[in-house]
Amino acid sequence: MSRTTPRTGPRSPTRTTSRARFGPLAAPASSAPVLDVDALLDDPGTEIVVCCGSGGVGKTTVSAALALRAAERGRRVVVVTIDPARRLAQAMGIERLDNTPRPVPDVAGSGTLDAMMLDMKRTFDEVVESQATPEKARQILGNPFYVALSSSFAGTQEYMAMEKLGQIHRQARVDGRYDLIVVDTPPSRSALDFLDAPERLSRFLDGRFIRLLLAPAKGPARLMTAGVGLITNALTRILGAQVLRDMQTFVAAFDTLFGGFRARAESTFALLQADRTAFLVIAAPEPDALREAAYFVERLGEDEMPLAGLIVNRASPAAQGGLSPDEATAAATRLRHQEPGSTTAGLLRLHADRSRLVEREAGLRARFAAAHPTVPTAVVPALAGDVHDLDGLRHVGELLSGT
Amino acid sequence: MPPAPADLSRVRLHVVTGKGGTGKSTVAASLALALASHGRSVLLCEVEGRQGIARMFDVDPLPYAERRIATGLPGPGGRAGTVHALHVDPESALLEYLAMYYRLGRAGRALDRFGVVEFATTLAPGVRDVLLTGKVFEAAKERRRGRDVRSYDAVVLDAPPTGRIAQFLGVNSELAGLARVGPIKSQADQVMRLFRSPRTAIHLVTVLEEMPVQETADGIAQLHAAGLPVGAVVVNLVRPQDLGAEQLAAARAGTLEAGKVRADLAAAGVDGAEGGPGDALVAGLLAQAHDHAVRRELEDAQRAVVAELGVPVHELPRLTGGADLGGLYELAAVLKKSGLA
Repeated sequence: MSRTTPRTGPRSPTRTTSRARFGPLAAPASSAPVLDVDALLDDPGTEIVVCCGSGGVGKTTVSAALALRAAERGRRVVVVTIDPARRLAQAMGIERLDNTPRPVPDVAGSGTLDAMMLDMKRTFDEVVESQATPEKARQILGNPFYVALSSSFAGTQEYMAMEKLGQIHRQARVDGRYDLIVVDTPPSRSALDFLDAPERLSRFLDGRFIRLLLAPAKGPARLMTAGVGLITNALTRILGAQVLRDMQTFVAAFDTLFGGFRARAESTFALLQADRTAFLVIAAPEPDALREAAYFVERLGEDEMPLAGLIVNRASPAAQGGLSPDEATAAATRLRHQEPGSTTAGLLRLHADRSRLVEREAGLRARFAAAHPTVPTAVVPALAGDVHDLDGLRHVGELLSGT
Repeated sequence: MPPAPADLSRVRLHVVTGKGGTGKSTVAASLALALASHGRSVLLCEVEGRQGIARMFDVDPLPYAERRIATGLPGPGGRAGTVHALHVDPESALLEYLAMYYRLGRAGRALDRFGVVEFATTLAPGVRDVLLTGKVFEAAKERRRGRDVRSYDAVVLDAPPTGRIAQFLGVNSELAGLARVGPIKSQADQVMRLFRSPRTAIHLVTVLEEMPVQETADGIAQLHAAGLPVGAVVVNLVRPQDLGAEQLAAARAGTLEAGKVRADLAAAGVDGAEGGPGDALVAGLLAQAHDHAVRRELEDAQRAVVAELGVPVHELPRLTGGADLGGLYELAAVLKKSGLA
């Protein structure tokens, strides 16, 4: 299905009236192909949609809006969110963080929508419990190093989001409860955390240091012996013997799980690379957010991950009326001169401010498109109000699809 | 509940936190510029490995060393100060720490080779935060020892986000509880003494939207609970204030008069005549005013919530051109005028 000219948003060509006096930047922002969101959601071959991007760009709202739109177009959808705003969570009926998908009430149409909030520690615990004997699991779960790993290791949340995705996908293949999974990803410190997390975690658990800690339990590791004394002495000096013992217990207990973790990380990675997965990069029309988006796009390309497109969220809606910012400012100044509190002067100043913002954002998008000319892009205009109910999400969905 | 520090001139360490997307790094940089006047010397630190300072100030990526990056905002007498910057990464901080406290030169490098440094800085409970805060503490000392070492009049820390700030700054108190004697204990105690003293102020950056404001309120409660001194809330990216309350109400209600706007446009020499292309302009202006007024109403509701937080509030405008280097000085001037620096 091909889209006709979009109704709203800066994506639409600047209205060419006889008065149009905008500069070149106000022309259509870029020649980037248009992202057809509905076609993506309707395609039964799309089984997983991963929304990634930096923090504060409205990723969670976009994920929820995509999921709702897909459900109301007939798909059986589950959306995994990370940290939704309270009222958005209420709207979707997921106020409780318990790692279980729950049906969202009042979804129209033949499809279904479930929503869940990710509990990263719980997910990690479940993996351990499923991989180890009850006694060993208890041992691991109580170890201070496990507690640190499962709650604060850089990348754990990202890894767990992917782990949960893998679980739901495997389950859905068996029981057919869902045919589309939409995943919101954590706002990573850097774009790379989220793709690197599975690899980093397994590389880390397989590292030389871990091997070193295991060495006493596994007999002499001849190549290392020269360093072992030096290292253990230094560590004992700094950390104390108790901490070192905790560390060794943890690593020994975890050792049997390593294979399982690596295999899981690899299968999750393969799942993400498959054609049935679609990555959407979400950004705001700000330099930082677009820079992060560029990282994502490049990284996804390097790892051969299927990128579906870029969503530029919260774009300033185009100013109407074809009056340039400078003209509007000049006219406002003249009016203020005559009547200091002039409402029209205020309107003209707002118009000037808006037009300049739109120009700036268009310039930023044009640069992005110049560097990534093949990335399909959808632009979602900023709403005047906040989104905190299903109608609000529906509206965002409409804007996403350009209808 | 500790009172907010009344006397900002006593503050040596300004910690700036905020939710993602609120512009906390921009605010930290502007605050550093604003503090660096009257010949004062300021250090701006970042600890999240993003090289955001280098980008904002348009300089080469920063090493693990203090570099002069800018001249501060000149005071009324015209005299400016200097801003240095420091990019703290935990690996370098650990090696420095080991060399300094344990004289582990060679063994330190061996630890690195064996992946201990990676282990310690990514996994070992809280070590990362201990190293980062320890380095910032060291830089904030009034009289630092050593060759070629500068002492600063103030240090601004571009800190981790609001959701993590209390844990980040409080990490040394846990550590001081764990280690009973030795250099770790005494350093951790000193760090906490500074962080909890009136010489430290923690500023929270927010925008006037529901989630960031909620997170700010939660962050303040956590900081209070941890005995850490809250400085101010900085409301960033505030929309232009060109319309007054009555005008906004009329814009929301749709009762702004198109005829009056049209007449004003004509008086100002802009073609707004009926039946011509001016129709689109008038309709556009009114529609924009409506959206703006709706957003301003939501902002006002959040502003009222912020005002109830019991913390001094400073507002920074949204710069139409974005916060480039010139913009940072503009924001610095606003902060100076409103009394944060």
